[in-house]
Amino acid sequence: MDINAYIESGILELYVAGKLSEKENQEVYELMQKHPQILQEVLEIEAAVVKLTASVSPHAIDFDSFRDKIDDTKVVDLQPKKPNWISYTGWAASILLAGGLLWTLGKKNTLEEQLQIVETQKQYLEIQIEDARENLANTKNLLESIRDKNIIAVPLGGQGEFASSYAKVYWNKADNTIYLDAEGLPNAPEGKVWQVWSLTLNPLTPTSLGTIDNFNTDDNKIFPIANANESQAFGITLEPEGGSDSPTMEQLYTLGVVPTTP
Amino acid sequence: MVDIQHLIIRFKDKDQSAFEELYTMYGESIHGVVFNIVKDSAIADELMQDVFIKAWHKSGTYSSKKGRFFTWILNIARNAAIDKVRSKSYKQEKQNLDADFFVDIIKSNENLNSRTDAIGIKKFVSRLGEKCKEVIELLYFKGFTQKEASQTMQTPIGTIKTRNRNCIKQLRDMVL
Repeated sequence: MDINAYIESGILELYVAGKLSEKENQEVYELMQKHPQILQEVLEIEAAVVKLTASVSPHAIDFDSFRDKIDDTKVVDLQPKKPNWISYTGWAASILLAGGLLWTLGKKNTLEEQLQIVETQKQYLEIQIEDARENLANTKNLLESIRDKNIIAVPLGGQGEFASSYAKVYWNKADNTIYLDAEGLPNAPEGKVWQVWSLTLNPLTPTSLGTIDNFNTDDNKIFPIANANESQAFGITLEPEGGSDSPTMEQLYTLGVVPTTP
Repeated sequence: MVDIQHLIIRFKDKDQSAFEELYTMYGESIHGVVFNIVKDSAIADELMQDVFIKAWHKSGTYSSKKGRFFTWILNIARNAAIDKVRSKSYKQEKQNLDADFFVDIIKSNENLNSRTDAIGIKKFVSRLGEKCKEVIELLYFKGFTQKEASQTMQTPIGTIKTRNRNCIKQLRDMVL
């Protein structure tokens, strides 16, 4: 490009006056970087205009007279540091609050979990209480049955090599039921079952009252059994599973005679 | 003639000593431009300080790619002064403004006598043709655009540019 023609066009004077478009300003700036001659021209135009405009000023103003104002503005800049403490305090409070909320939330969750556990325990206890009540009721029934004045108590002693075994029969003739307390018997071994017999003595005739299939799993080992016989004695034998038609005498654990009514 | 690039960088970094140097270089010019518009010494003092304080705070927005620093602050000054002149308080205070151009102010400026370039300036002003006075007044002091100046002076827009070039050339010959 023709640098001289560009300079002579007067565009640089307008540049210093600030009367060019943004695009033209950019253009002049770039040309100044490339061509020292253009830069020099701009600097001289500027210097001349600066001198001319300065000569209009009626009096000089010392920079010191408003250095304070810049310092003032610095002080003003510094002053917000006081309110900053408020904002710091605010932030600190917010963080503490947030922390507190989180802690409370954590606490709440823990408490809810604990509450859940307690609730479960409570339900479990309720079930236990229910069971206990039921047990108590059953036991009461049992006790009442046994205490009934019509009850005949028949102790069954251990026989032969099973001397340590024992049992008791409480016989309520009125309702044709015996309650067998078999706590003194061991658990029936695998494949075997206890069988209860009603006996008449002269002649010795055994009548099966049935097998106790749930013996091993029963807690109180008291079994109500129907008995409509005119029993004179009761015996318990260990028989193969399913029971036998007649008692296996070698496996007679306990035997007891019904006392004759006075 | 040394460019002021290094000063501008320090100025943008809020270096107060750089700002003071820039003030020393351009403070009086800005004061002159503002005074030429408001025609009141006290108001001009106040405005000029406002302009430099504003420039100090806005230093981050200035970029040398957009124009000269002098041009940037000149623009801030003209806008501030014109705003002031248009304000209600100013209009109430100043009913009868003298219509002096910068040349008249320079001619009567006694303060100017103490300056080293006073002779050159006064010579320039006294020899300056009417057309030069007007175009410099409008473009540099009043901030008119080329188009606005051409309308005011009833001169073709292309002529404004070359005339201005010649007028500034005369100024350079006498003051530089």
